[in-house]
Amino acid sequence: MPVQILKEKFTGTVQEVVLGATKEEGGTRSNTVKLGGSSTLPFLQYEGDIPNRPVIALEVLDIKPDWGEAFEPYYGDVWSDPAAWAKKTEELGADVIYLKLAGADPELENSKSADECAKIVKAVLENTSKPLMVEGPGHPEKDNDVLQAVGEAAAGENIAIGLAEKDNYRSIAAAAMMGKHCVIGRSPVDINILKQLNIMIADMGVAPNKIINDPMSSGLGYGIEYSYSIMERARWGALIGDKMMAFPVVCLAGPEAWRAKEAYAPLEEAGPGWGEQKPRGIMWEAMTAASLLQAGGDLVLMRHPEAVKLVKKHIDDLMKPNLY
Amino acid sequence: MGLTGLAIFKLLPKTNCKECGVPTCMAFAMALASGKATLEQCPYVSDEAKEALESATAPPIKLVKAGAGDNVLELGDEQVMFRHDKTFYHPTGVFIEVADNADVAAKVDEINGLVFERVGQKYEVDGVAVVNASGNADTFKDAVATAAGKTDKVLLLVSEDAAAMEAAAAGLEERKPILYAANADNYEKMVEIAKKIGAPLVVKGKNLEDVADLAGKVGYKELILDSGERETSKVIADLTQIRRQAIKKRFRPFGYPTIAFTTEEDPYMEALQAQAYVSKYASIVVLKTTELASLLTLFSWRSNLYTDPQKPIAVEPGIYAIGEVTPDSPVYITTNFSLTFYTVQTEVEATRLPSYLIAYETEGLSVLTAWAGGSFIGENIGPWLKDSEINEKVNHKQLIIPGGVAAIKGKIEELSGWEVTVGPREANGISSFAKLKLGA
Ligand code: B12
Ligand code: SF4
Repeated sequence: MPVQILKEKFTGTVQEVVLGATKEEGGTRSNTVKLGGSSTLPFLQYEGDIPNRPVIALEVLDIKPDWGEAFEPYYGDVWSDPAAWAKKTEELGADVIYLKLAGADPELENSKSADECAKIVKAVLENTSKPLMVEGPGHPEKDNDVLQAVGEAAAGENIAIGLAEKDNYRSIAAAAMMGKHCVIGRSPVDINILKQLNIMIADMGVAPNKIINDPMSSGLGYGIEYSYSIMERARWGALIGDKMMAFPVVCLAGPEAWRAKEAYAPLEEAGPGWGEQKPRGIMWEAMTAASLLQAGGDLVLMRHPEAVKLVKKHIDDLMKPNLY
Repeated sequence: MGLTGLAIFKLLPKTNCKECGVPTCMAFAMALASGKATLEQCPYVSDEAKEALESATAPPIKLVKAGAGDNVLELGDEQVMFRHDKTFYHPTGVFIEVADNADVAAKVDEINGLVFERVGQKYEVDGVAVVNASGNADTFKDAVATAAGKTDKVLLLVSEDAAAMEAAAAGLEERKPILYAANADNYEKMVEIAKKIGAPLVVKGKNLEDVADLAGKVGYKELILDSGERETSKVIADLTQIRRQAIKKRFRPFGYPTIAFTTEEDPYMEALQAQAYVSKYASIVVLKTTELASLLTLFSWRSNLYTDPQKPIAVEPGIYAIGEVTPDSPVYITTNFSLTFYTVQTEVEATRLPSYLIAYETEGLSVLTAWAGGSFIGENIGPWLKDSEINEKVNHKQLIIPGGVAAIKGKIEELSGWEVTVGPREANGISSFAKLKLGA
């Protein structure tokens, strides 16, 4: 029986955004990374193009994190030195380095100044060759100062800075524009706010190829289905031609997955059937990442090197051609 | 997306005899179209009309049931491509393979023992796939009998050798096993076996066209589809086509549940592959691994994906006693979102200090969402607490609230006369909080 392949007739494309700049482009990165660009649903190459495979960013903090024993063997020797840590994430397979300047939180005792943050960013750039994303401490005023300084320190490197939210997007978007960087717009698992924020950022004059979206992720078992559906709706919107829903999407798989007890609890505190912590934690993160990829994630932020290996291999499989 | 009233009317006798209970055939047609009447109400429809009407008014994907007793697995009957369009209804059945030439009894025992519990949910493997790996009919028959004796889970019999299938399936009427698989060469015999015991049958093609061809011609409706593809990206493409054509085009040969088999050898890669199939429309996924981390995460994802987006899972609001409570026991408050509630309950339990936990009615919203949405705030909790039964249960007025909503402390105190302690932000801080502040 002849079967006519039923293809959706999409008119839109996910915006392509380039991260990083090579020497020729005025930066110092060894390569750039392209996000987005798809004109089809995730991994359905038979009805459109997927020019860029999803990429993996690894997380680096400017202070020692409370990630606990599961991460000690991998990062224990570097997590008091962000530049060394960043270098290590490259060795562990990061396509992009994601630096969170948590130490600049004004509520902390030795809260880092904007200057200190700029120095850290410089040191990270000097010690690495992959494109960089930088997240502020998540405090409205401090974010402004810090990200401004970071933007200047990383001039020419085409980094991404964030998080620009509905109430504080102006100064962050301005800092991004000034340094010709990308801006990450964060919306709280809400499709309307996602679109609204993109419109506001674009209205400020930020070029579409400089906008990245963080629609806010939740981890496996803890609200991931909301993120999944928001991402599916945004991707659909993009493909039917809504340019303000068409920006590449980052998913915070690592940080969200490791908030779950199922990821970190040692065997003694584990629930029925959970088994050993190590494979469970790795799989909690890998499953979170893989699920968000099915909804259209363009960049997944991850933590555990073993989970990274699994997800990279999984992406290889998903990217094999499936044309009819 | 069934037939219009007018299209149905054309197939009716047009005698207006009223026996169906409505004045005219036209009125009956309209009632049928809107689902308010069933075809049986008209005694005069012709068989051809019946066939045409049934297939036009049938759901886009047939509901197929396998298994018996408490282990009936409902497959298919899905209506949308995306869960946000409505919801997904019948969670993917998770099956685990057992080779007929391995130690079947031991393996089935192991599968029976796989029980996972988290946040008030219990996950178990849905079925056992007995594979005729030996190629020998007797070995297969014995293995199936052993598995059937060992477990009440749904059985999936995997052999394309019709004679082996016939022998193994004999006597399993009661169990309604799934038979795998009918192909272009054996389908006549396979359909006969399936019909005899009323079992669902998988039709396996070499590709989409082939499976459509088979499904169209086997003359049996208890079907499950396998396009035969095994490469992850291609399986996803096929599963999407099958679902899309069934729902959007009502292409009948694809209006059945689907099955997918993993191929990855590494148990963790296998779980990710299975996850892709669960996400992209497989009604059944068959795995080899019994690795706990693989299954726990796969089940959790399935549970998330199949949650109805319109109604969060909630627990009954009220006051829950944890352990042997006394009038001195501490009182915690949280929301009635089941995820939040069970996360907190687990942690309070772990303090070993008998306690009360209030599940405050937020219509199933998490703490911060309910706070932002205006239901988990002092203005509501205060007056409720003041008059609550908890006042009779304890001899103190000390309430512990989640750290994320420290801001509601003042209003609760003002409106209830209780004293409020701000607890930790995350539930996992409750243990040390209880040790430090409550002497647990
Ligand atoms: C999923 C989600 C939704 C879902 C709702 C899901 C649900 N059933 O609740 C939807 C999409 C509907 C939604 C809507 C909104 N949301 Co919302 N949502 C989330 C999200 C992503 C996850 C929430 C969740 O499920 N958490 C998991 C549960 C288990 O957490 P929890 O209930 O807080 O419980 C933890 C702790 O509080 C603690 N705890 C709980 N009880 C107790 C008790 C005691 C005694 C102690 C000590 C501790 C404790 O333990 C738990 C585990 O650690 C969060 C962001 C995030 N990642 O957290 C935003 C978030 C909660 N949402 C937010 C907002 C603003 C909203 C909206 C108002 C607007 C919007 N569109 O986003 C609406 C309001 C809805 C309404 N009807 O009024 C904000 C709240 C900001 C704030 N602080 O005010 C958040 C934080 C996102 C953000 N950063 O902006 N949301
Ligand atoms: S019973 Fe049948 S034939 Fe008679 S009026 Fe109703 S629809 Fe028409």
